[in-house]
Amino acid sequence: MNKESNLYTFTFAIIMVLVVGTILAVTSEVLQPRKKQNAADKKMIDILSAIGVDATRSQAKEEYDKYIVDETIINNKGEIIDGLAFNIDVLFQYRDKTLSPDDFKYPFYTAEKDNQTYFIVPMAGTGLWGPVWGFVALEQDCNTVYGAAFDHKAETPGLGAEINTDIFEVPFRGKKIKNYLGEFVSIEVKKGGAEEGNLHQVDGITGGTITSDGVSDMLFNTLQIYDNYFSKVNNVNDTIIQSINSDNFNI
Amino acid sequence: MKSFFNKQHQKLIADPMGDQNPITIQVLGICSALAITTQLENALVMTLAVIFVMTSASSIISILRNHIPNRIRIIVQLLVVASLVALVDQILKAFLPDASEQLSVFIGLIITNCIIMGRLEAFAMGNKLWDSFLDALGNAFGYGWILVAVAFVRELFGSGKLMGYEVPGFSYLYELGYMNNNLMILPPMALIVVGLIIWMQRSRNNDLIEEN
Repeated sequence: MNKESNLYTFTFAIIMVLVVGTILAVTSEVLQPRKKQNAADKKMIDILSAIGVDATRSQAKEEYDKYIVDETIINNKGEIIDGLAFNIDVLFQYRDKTLSPDDFKYPFYTAEKDNQTYFIVPMAGTGLWGPVWGFVALEQDCNTVYGAAFDHKAETPGLGAEINTDIFEVPFRGKKIKNYLGEFVSIEVKKGGAEEGNLHQVDGITGGTITSDGVSDMLFNTLQIYDNYFSKVNNVNDTIIQSINSDNFNI
Repeated sequence: MKSFFNKQHQKLIADPMGDQNPITIQVLGICSALAITTQLENALVMTLAVIFVMTSASSIISILRNHIPNRIRIIVQLLVVASLVALVDQILKAFLPDASEQLSVFIGLIITNCIIMGRLEAFAMGNKLWDSFLDALGNAFGYGWILVAVAFVRELFGSGKLMGYEVPGFSYLYELGYMNNNLMILPPMALIVVGLIIWMQRSRNNDLIEEN
């Protein structure tokens, strides 16, 4: 067969592609369980980092089972829905343009550490070059931030990429998502620096304004859904406590 | 009959390590040399990945060299390199997830490493399997040792660590007021370190200096 003929060229190309495609497909399938496990471990590490627990890959599952006592899913109206919270990929959901807001599922994780209860909320948003995501742990009052961990896919190193460092994350501790009237205000990543003593602002990143704004939007959009749910639950609890108290007074 | 490992074979390995070094002399593959040399571990993983991709690609292309239609030879080379890189990426994701995360995009970019395509087109397309394999090995090592050398300097002076471990003795230096040089972590310093290696190499061998 003439090596320079069209028929030979096409045959060669087709065989080559088939062989390569088969090899890659088989490898991908064979390694799939391991890759899934690695991704799950990584997610557990990220969740735990929001409550200040540093887990390594090898003991991620063990530590996760130790601290995380419950997993819950709510919808955007603040109603509990069924399902496996851990399997929900909020980033994937966020980027899925075919989903309507009513179909969004909002998982959260209840953690217990040193006899304190924390609610860990996952979130996803948009930075400058790509997605940003994170986990924010709220204290039992569902208002005070206990810890936050953020990450990003492709923000600028030294600028937007700093959102996954302590410099950015630590100031979130102790901030409040509601004002003194109990209204939801979220936490703003403030360009030019947070005002002294403001409980609803943290320092933005110089040169990383779009990433900072992306984090602000992500916090606002996600936390308000959860706040809606937590407020409902807490109101019910408060009413019960009040009625118990008033009963006591009556006696 | 030619011997299994003769003078010519030695040259194939030795030249790219020294006077024909892909990074310092041919100035190929610079981008990855700047990007992933902040830590020794990353540099080593990258080097291993490039050694695997290069030797395999050169061997495969050399075996197929008499059958590859001339008109689509570059595409065939690219296909071979790309699939090998995809293979490495899959294996890293499954077995070295942390390194895979750190190197993320740069593993994929091995495809665009000019050294690989360069050696395939310039050498493997016209030489026997064993020669092509050695040529690829030599060039991959030539690339690798520069990477490791640069990463060694950058991690040691930038983070005070090697392979992610604290270097003993540095704690005393810190007490004396020594500080890690953050500039070392930034990409420009990689260029400067590579520049220093080029300078050393040229000052030892004047033949390498181009005449104006």
